[in-house]
Order: sequence, then C-alpha cells, then structure tokens
Amino acid sequence: MSEATTQAVSQEGMTGMVGDWSADRQAYHVPWGKAMMWIFLVSDTFIFSCFLIGYLNVRVTTTDPWPPQSEIFALSFGGDPIPLILIAIMTFVLITSSGTMALAVNFGYQKDKAKTFLLICTTAAFGATFVGMQAFEWSKLIAEGVRPWGNPFGAPQFGSVFFMVTGFHGLHVTGGVIYLLWVALRVKRGYYDNKGYEIVEIAGLYWHFVDLVWVFIFAFFYLL
Amino acid sequence: MAYVPLADQDQDMEMHHPHSWVEKYVWSQDHKVIAIQYGGLAVLTGIVGLVLSLLFRMQLGFPESVNFVDPNFYYQAVTMHGMIMVVYFLTALFLGGFGNYMVPLMLGARDMVFPFLNMMSVWTFLISVIILMASFFVGGGPTGAGWTLYPPQTTMAGTPGHDAGIILMLVSLAVFVVAFTMGGLNYVVTILQYRCRGMTLMRMPLTIWGIFVATVLGLFAFPALLVACIMMMFDTVLGTSFFMPAVLESGTPLDYEGGSPILFQHLFWFFGHPEVYIVALPAFGLVSDVLSVHARKNIFGYRMMVWAIIAIGGLSFIVWAHHMYVSGMNPYFGFFFATTTLIIAVPTALKVYNWLLTLWEGDIRLNAPMYFAIGFIFTFIHGGLTGLFLGNVVIDLPLSDTYFVVAHFHLVMGVSPILVLFAALYHWYPKISGRMYNETMAKVHFWFTFLGAYAIYLPMHYLGFLGVPRRYYALGNTDFIPLSAQDLNSSITIAALIVGASQILFFINIIGSLKWGKKADPNPWGAASLEWQTPDTPPVHGNWGENLPTVYRWAYDYSVPGAAEDFIPQNVPESEAAAAQDAKSPESNGE
Ligand code: HEM
Ligand SMILES: [Cu+2]
Repeated sequence: MSEATTQAVSQEGMTGMVGDWSADRQAYHVPWGKAMMWIFLVSDTFIFSCFLIGYLNVRVTTTDPWPPQSEIFALSFGGDPIPLILIAIMTFVLITSSGTMALAVNFGYQKDKAKTFLLICTTAAFGATFVGMQAFEWSKLIAEGVRPWGNPFGAPQFGSVFFMVTGFHGLHVTGGVIYLLWVALRVKRGYYDNKGYEIVEIAGLYWHFVDLVWVFIFAFFYLL
Repeated sequence: MAYVPLADQDQDMEMHHPHSWVEKYVWSQDHKVIAIQYGGLAVLTGIVGLVLSLLFRMQLGFPESVNFVDPNFYYQAVTMHGMIMVVYFLTALFLGGFGNYMVPLMLGARDMVFPFLNMMSVWTFLISVIILMASFFVGGGPTGAGWTLYPPQTTMAGTPGHDAGIILMLVSLAVFVVAFTMGGLNYVVTILQYRCRGMTLMRMPLTIWGIFVATVLGLFAFPALLVACIMMMFDTVLGTSFFMPAVLESGTPLDYEGGSPILFQHLFWFFGHPEVYIVALPAFGLVSDVLSVHARKNIFGYRMMVWAIIAIGGLSFIVWAHHMYVSGMNPYFGFFFATTTLIIAVPTALKVYNWLLTLWEGDIRLNAPMYFAIGFIFTFIHGGLTGLFLGNVVIDLPLSDTYFVVAHFHLVMGVSPILVLFAALYHWYPKISGRMYNETMAKVHFWFTFLGAYAIYLPMHYLGFLGVPRRYYALGNTDFIPLSAQDLNSSITIAALIVGASQILFFINIIGSLKWGKKADPNPWGAASLEWQTPDTPPVHGNWGENLPTVYRWAYDYSVPGAAEDFIPQNVPESEAAAAQDAKSPESNGE
C-alpha cells in the first residue's frame, strides 16, 4: 500500500480497473457541476420511480374500474373527438425542445453567444408552451368534475395520481424554464466566457431528463 | 472544448472570504463552521428526543407518576423520540456534522465543491427542525402515530395529532430531504472529484468511505420517504386514497376507498432500512479510524473493509421487507427477504472480525476514545446477533412488535452509533477546538453510558421473550405478563434516568474544556491521516495555507518498523520517511 509515487501503479484485471478508476484527484473527468447534476438526476429518478410504482400499485388495489383514458383525454376540433391528441402535441413539443436544447449546447461550446441565447430561449418557450397546455388539460378535466379525491368516471385514484404526477412533473418543467432563462441571460452577458460553457450542457442534462421522465409518464399513465 | 479540470486549478479555488463576524460564524460558507452548526443543532434536537424518552420511560417504570403523561402524550413522546433520534439527530450529526467536517480535511481539499449550497443545506435543516418543533405547539399536538407513521391510523381520529401534527411532521420530513440532498450532493461530488494529489480512492480513510456510501444511500433512499410523505399529505389534506382503504371510524364509514396501506410500508421501509445503514456506515468508518490510531496498528484488511461497506450499501436496498413479515404480505416475499437479510450479515460480520483483528496484538492505548470504540464493538456484536434472530421469518413472527425488537434496534442503531459519536467527538475534539478534554471525566462518562446502556437494554430482550408488546401506555392485567415484568420496567427506567443524567458529564467536559482545557498538540494521538497535518489547529478557513498537501501513502502507517515516530503521516514522501529511518537506525533500512 505504500507506493513510492503519488500515482497508483497500473495493474491488470479487476485490481487494475479499480486502481485506475480510483486514481487521485477525480473519478470522472468532468466539471463538478456536471457530476453533481448527474447524481442529482439519479436521485430524482428514484423519486419518479416511486411515484410510478405507487401509481401502479393503487391501480391494482383500487376497487373501482379504472377510467377509460383514451376517451377522457380526447379532444375534438369540430369533428369527432381524437383520442390523446393533446397529449400527443404536448409530447411533440417537449421532444422538439430537447432538440433545440441539444443545438444550444453545441453552439455554446462554439462560444456563439447569440445563437446559444436564442436556442435556449426557444427551448424555454417550448417548455412554457408545454406547461400552458398542461394547465389547459387540468382545467378541462376539472370542469368535467375530476378531482384529486374523486371523479365521475371510476376509480378515485385516477384523479389523485393524475394531479400528483403531472403536477410534480409540471413543477420540474416550470423550474427548468426558469433555470434555462437564467442561464440564457448569463450567456448573453458573457458571464461564461472565462468559466466555460459547460453550464449550458448541465442545464441541458436536466432538460433532457425532464423530457425523458415525461415519456415514461406518457407511457404508463396515458397508454397503459 | 478546451477543458481544464477544476481540481487542477487548486490555487485559485474561489473562496468566499468572510468580512464580518456574522459572515464568519452565521452565514458562513466554511465547511467547518457549517459542520459545527449542523452538529450543534442536531445535538440540541437530540436533547429534546432524550427528554421525551425519559418522560415516557417514567410512565412505563412508574405508571402515572408524571401527571401530564397521559396516553396521548405517551404516544406523541414515543413517536417524536423515534423520529428525532433517527433522522434529525443521528443522520444530521453523522452526515451534516462529521461529513462536513471530515470530508474536505481528510481529502486535503480547501472546502466542499459548492460552499454556498452547503450553507443552504444547514439553513434548510434549521427550517425543518423548526417545523418539527412547531408541532408541539399546535392544537392536538405532535403526531402520535409511531415513528413509522403507518396509515390508516396515522390520519384517523383517535390518533393524537392526526390533524395538524401529522401535517407538520410530513412537511418537516420533506424539507429535511431537501436539506439532505443539498448537503449530500456536495459530499459525494467532493469525494469523487476534489481529492488532493495522491489521494486515490483506495487511500481514503475508512471514515470517508463510510460517509461516502452512506450519503449515496441517502440520495437514493430519501426519495422513497419524500414520495411517501407527499402521498400521505394528499391523503390527509385533499382526501385522496393512496394509502387509505375503505375504513370505519367509530362505526361510520370514512370517505376513503381502494388505497393500499401496505404500499406505505413498502415505501417507508425502502427508505427505512437503508436509513439504518446511513447511520451505521459513517459510524463504522469513524470507529475504524479511532481503533486503528489508538491500537497503533493499521486497520486489518483495509480493502475488505471498503468492499464490505460497498456491499452492505448495495444489499441494504433489497432487505427492506424484513420489517414487514407480519404485515400480511405474500409469504414468498418473506422467504426472499429473509435470505437477503441473512446475506447482509456476512459483510457486517466481516467488519466486526476485522476490528477485532485490528486490536489483536496491537499496542493499545486506552484513551477515552478507545474506551468508547471498544464499547461499540460489544454493543454492535450484541445487537447484530439479535438481528439474525429477527431476520428469520418464523422467529420474527412472535418477536415482532415486542420489546425484543426495541432492544435489537437500540443496541445496534441507538447505543452503538452513539458510542462511536462519543469516541469520535473525544478523538477529534483536540483538532476541532484546539484544546484537550478532561480524560478522567470522559472515562467516567464512558462507564456510566456503557454499563447503563446494558442495564437498560438487556432486560428488554427478556421482556420481549415474555411477549411484552412495544408502544403500550400501560401493561394492564395481562395474564401472560408476570408481575415481575413491572419491576424490570422500573429498573430500566432508573437506569435510563441515570444514563440520561450522566450525559451532563459530556457537556461539562466539552464546554468546560473550551475554556480550561490545556492547549492541544496539533496531533496528540500521533494519527497519520491528513486532518491532523493541517498547518493550524484548529484549521482555519481554506484549511491548508498556501499549498494543498500531497499524499504518498494510505492513512494507516502505524508502528512502522524503524520509523522516526511510530507512524508516518499520509503526506510524508517515501524519501523523507526512508531518511528518517536511516537516521534512526542505519542497519534497518526499510522492511
Ligand atoms: C446483522 C444484521 C441485521 C439484521 C439481520 C437485522 C434484522 C432486523 C429485523 C428482521 C428487524 C425487524 C424486526 C421486527 O420489526 O419484527 C429489524 C428491526 C430494526 N433494525 Fe435491524 N437488523 C440488522 C442490523 C441492523 C443495524 C446495523 C441497524 C442500525 C444501525 C438496525 C436497525 C434496526 C431498526 C431501527 C429496526 C426497527 C425499526 C422499527 O420497527 O421501529 N438493524 N432488524
Ligand atoms: Cu432493516
């Protein structure tokens, strides 16, 4: 254990792998903020997983039939109601915003402040649109009599889970929009010229995560 | 993407230098001040928990002797005692207190990676404590649902504090989770990314390993608690039925249907079991270092100890339902969880053997920290063995919810970590305060605490075998409980009062020594790890003066043959150490 140098001597096999990974100073060659964001996101994954597992569980234990989601989440534009149309649009908006965010990261590393600023703002705008549509959906359901504690269509847990999970996710998106705008402002002011533009990528990680979580909520709650 | 690793810019880490007393000691971003704030607040909260326990013990030992301890208050006291001790005292003190103090110092860093976030963590923790304490002053008082907060009774009339108390408890826990996350992210990233030159992961003191894995457990386990709190809050405030089945209250059906009380138990214990190791692992780490220093021997099987910590951490996520054998879940689950529970005992036992082998033929110096550390080995073996009983479904069924369980978890999670806390506080006191504590007083404190703990918890095993249930205000005239059980209860209470009172010795010692203690040597125990090598004692803001230290060896080079002193600090290069050896004895060059 008392190597002569400060560097661990390189070895083969399992021991070598552990040795290399545990070499001095840092385990990952990334900025602190990025490492922290990754770990935070894993932690947040546990939160959403618990929510979804809780949802699946009450869906099994509840004594009333589960309401027919495709009818409840249908919307008509004059003609026949189209099932899940609003959710489809929301999902599309959110996924597009991930695209613009990825572009923003790219231009950030190229130090193209104007484009980065614009793209982050676009991302935030898509996010705000998403939240707006969610508010619309909430008010539509509330108007139809869906409440956290009960609804006219069947199991009361339907409303409980819906408001809790989409609400929690909506808060994440709202928080993300604020975070993005703040980063965008600082980009514009050239705050990161010396510090480096990793922060755009870090914010992007968060944004992609929120997006990914939505895909799961979409699959588990609207399709299942 | 020209990216310079931040850790290589060590000379210019942006330090927030305080300008006034308030910035230095109140809104401080120095990890050491934050550690003391965290620790102090945790201890204050712990004192509340201690007083509560003495009050309900009075009721058990001498029924109706304290007139405001009625059944309601009894349940509230038991509940608050449990929650305070587990979350607000032990978790906060080990991770917020020791985690903050030790991580940057032992790793040779100037501070945590994000000092501002670290400061936010302690203030958020303060808010959660205030909310928790507020529940004593609202109508109905704090919740009396038991620290496990099982629904449906938590929210039903008849349970004290079912209205405001439980809500405050849930909010406080949620805020605590936020506080913990801010601190925890900091510890983990600091450990992974901000070690000084030469400090490989496999050269870190075990204290750091324990804190690291415990924090990771916290980051992955607290989410389950947070979700359980949110869902229960919905049930209480909005009338949803996540955890509430169709249920009658005094004959009237309530407005709930179709929820799953077992779901809460799963979520709670998915947090709850890792939580016991969140407390235990830092204790394992700290005690390993104390044992090794005072036995003047390297810790036995360092690598094994590290892997055992990691294995325990991983396994602790798949044993949770051993708390639920009597909950009515599928018996095959019981089989699975009994198996994993017994498997986790293997790395745990391995650690115990290694502590014993560290002592074996050591040059043991019986200083006060060593007393406490050896005491820990006793109580931990003891509590671990009863854990093996409880891990088996058939043995657990009759013992569950009796005093046997109370004895088990107090020995293993109450007494053991607290003995380590005292060991660690005495051990690091000279570094933290720059003064020596009073050795005799510390030893008297040890004997009161150690023997007293046994006087309290040994009889509880026997009560448990008799079948005395936990969480009962009074035993009443129950056929299967002999009258002598009451006498045991009285003796337990007397022991508890004595142990409680004797903790005064600790506070007198710690506070008095600040003023009257003699000035401490920078490294009074001759310890090799980095925190003892700081240029100033106590370490100042920034810890290391001009240059960060460089590490050349692990933290356990004790009793090195021929070394100038009988240990070599981590930051002494091989050449210097060899030169010192040569100077001492020209013949014995190296090993
Ligand atoms: C050798 C390893 C261990 C085994 C096999 C084990 C097993 C068990 C089992 C089966 C129970 C449930 C008893 C019941 O409610 O019927 C239990 C309770 C408990 N254990 Fe352990 N345990 C072990 C180590 C630990 C450690 C190291 C800690 C903490 C540092 C701990 C803390 C607790 C706590 C707090 C409870 C009670 C929770 C409550 O019901 O309020 N255990 N243990
Ligand atoms: Cu457990």
